[in-house]
Amino acid sequence: MSKAEIMMIISGIGETLLMVFVSTLCGYVFGLPLGIALYMNDQDGIKPNKTVYRILDIIVNIGRSIPFIILLILIIPFTRMLVGKSYGTVATIVPLTVSAIPFIGRMVESSLKEVDKGVIEAAQSMGASNLQIITKVLLKEARPSLINGATIALGTIVGYSAMAGTVGGGGLGDIAIRYGYYRYQTNIMLVTVAIIVILVQLFQFAGNKLSKIMDKRKNQ
Amino acid sequence: MAELIRVSNLSKTFESKAGIVEALNDVSFEIDKGEIFGIIGLSGAGKSTLVRCLNLLEKPNSGEVIIDGENMMDLDEKKLRLKRRKIGMIFQSFNLLMQDTILANVCFPMEIAGINRNETKKKALEYLKVVGLEEKAKAYPSQLSGGQKQRVAIARVLASNPEILLCDEATSALDPETTKSILNLIKDINQKYNITVVVITHEMAVIQEICNRCIVLENGKLAEENTVEELFRHPKTSAARRLIFNSTNQVRSMSSGRVIRIAFQEANTTEPVIANLILEFKKPVNILESNISSINGKSRGQMMVQLPDDDKLADKMIAYLKKNESIDVAEVSDYE
Ligand SMILES: Nc1ncnc2c1ncn2[C@@H]1O[C@H](COP(=O)(O)OP(=O)(O)OP(=O)(O)O)[C@@H](O)[C@H]1O
Ligand SMILES: [Mg+2]
Repeated sequence: MSKAEIMMIISGIGETLLMVFVSTLCGYVFGLPLGIALYMNDQDGIKPNKTVYRILDIIVNIGRSIPFIILLILIIPFTRMLVGKSYGTVATIVPLTVSAIPFIGRMVESSLKEVDKGVIEAAQSMGASNLQIITKVLLKEARPSLINGATIALGTIVGYSAMAGTVGGGGLGDIAIRYGYYRYQTNIMLVTVAIIVILVQLFQFAGNKLSKIMDKRKNQ
Repeated sequence: MAELIRVSNLSKTFESKAGIVEALNDVSFEIDKGEIFGIIGLSGAGKSTLVRCLNLLEKPNSGEVIIDGENMMDLDEKKLRLKRRKIGMIFQSFNLLMQDTILANVCFPMEIAGINRNETKKKALEYLKVVGLEEKAKAYPSQLSGGQKQRVAIARVLASNPEILLCDEATSALDPETTKSILNLIKDINQKYNITVVVITHEMAVIQEICNRCIVLENGKLAEENTVEELFRHPKTSAARRLIFNSTNQVRSMSSGRVIRIAFQEANTTEPVIANLILEFKKPVNILESNISSINGKSRGQMMVQLPDDDKLADKMIAYLKKNESIDVAEVSDYE
């Protein structure tokens, strides 16, 4: 591999990390409230509301069932409206975020469902408001599980970001497609794929560790 | 004494796929300020539902709950939240925040009440001292024993400076020794802070240990309301009798002889009442159940005894037993 190619791979790593972190973050900005809303309005939730739950549920299911690659093309006008163009690293953050939101919402919902009902009841018996229950009980008690969820989200978004490469999305996936597929430079493709695998492994490892450290239910 | 809680004609039904459950059916009673009041009943009797209706964690279908002159059902959401701060609650499963330190757990009710952080911490340490756990302030709930967790839960309740403490099976997950120490702590709190306590349990021993008065729930209905002393000596209903005998092995009665209940009071169980009876009449009797418990160092107990078939002899035996002032004797007509 030439020096230029190595530099290209390094900047590809940077682009991928940027895309993944920014879209995960944006995904949580919308996905976390969505997950909380799902949890609250659920039949066994704190403020059950069948209609609201059903609407949110359907939206999330639709969002989750559209394949990422199709979503990416589908929302090109929206992407263009937001960032001015439809290709490149920054533009890819938009479809990545959009596809991450329902996914994250669902994961947050299931994390919150793990919180012991008795603890919530205790907080209610002390006169806590729903907002206080969310911020001081649910999010705190579900923390280890939420971190695990974020780890899974990161890994999934790394995969999506590589897919975005096929349509000029930038990052490692872009390099793998351009060099490996169009120019038959298998070595570059293998290196980028290996880096992607290592990234996912690292995220998973760090996430598991963090979740464990944060969990006060077990040995200190 | 002044009345603090009044429950009138309270009913609650649950509708589920399995059908309609009448968890509470027209229950009425009053609790006075400063007393330790018991609610006893077998599993599924509706005790938890009842206590959850007191602070409106469960909305009753009909009836009223009046606490300190205020009808709970008339309160809007905000007023209800403020009212709940005056009604502490502890649970069988402790329900502590597992991801927070002991100190943070005790701070929690003050935090949600908007009290400033420094004061919160100082007070929390004070309350931890009351329950004897100040050295555990930095530990997490998972590092404590069941009894210690319940002490933290009690400190947490004290932190909201309540007028009422509801205990839903608070000692049911604990061993007898720990149960005793937690009950003693509850008693102390009742005295020291003048907090009215409502104890929910399926164990007669718990009621006997700390309550003044109690009600017996059976299938969602109020079966009996009584002082604990009276309930133990002369239970009026079969529901109460069943609770008193809950933990003993029952022997089916085989013949048709009449059944009497003998209640022993305090420290005279050493007297061989039954042996003397048999020696006197030279006729055997059948002990169906016996339950002698030692509470607070005093022996209390009771026995179900089946007398011989001969009616005249049975009458004489009852008369003989009734002469003994240290026991209570009553015929049981509905022994099953
Ligand atoms: N949310 C609910 N939905 C349906 N049925 C319920 C619900 N809560 C309680 N019940 C039913 O109401 C009845 C009374 O239940 P409750 O929990 O009050 O009994 P309990 O006396 O506290 O029993 P235990 O000693 O086992 O705690 C039971 O038959 C129970 O199945
Ligand atoms: Mg119960």
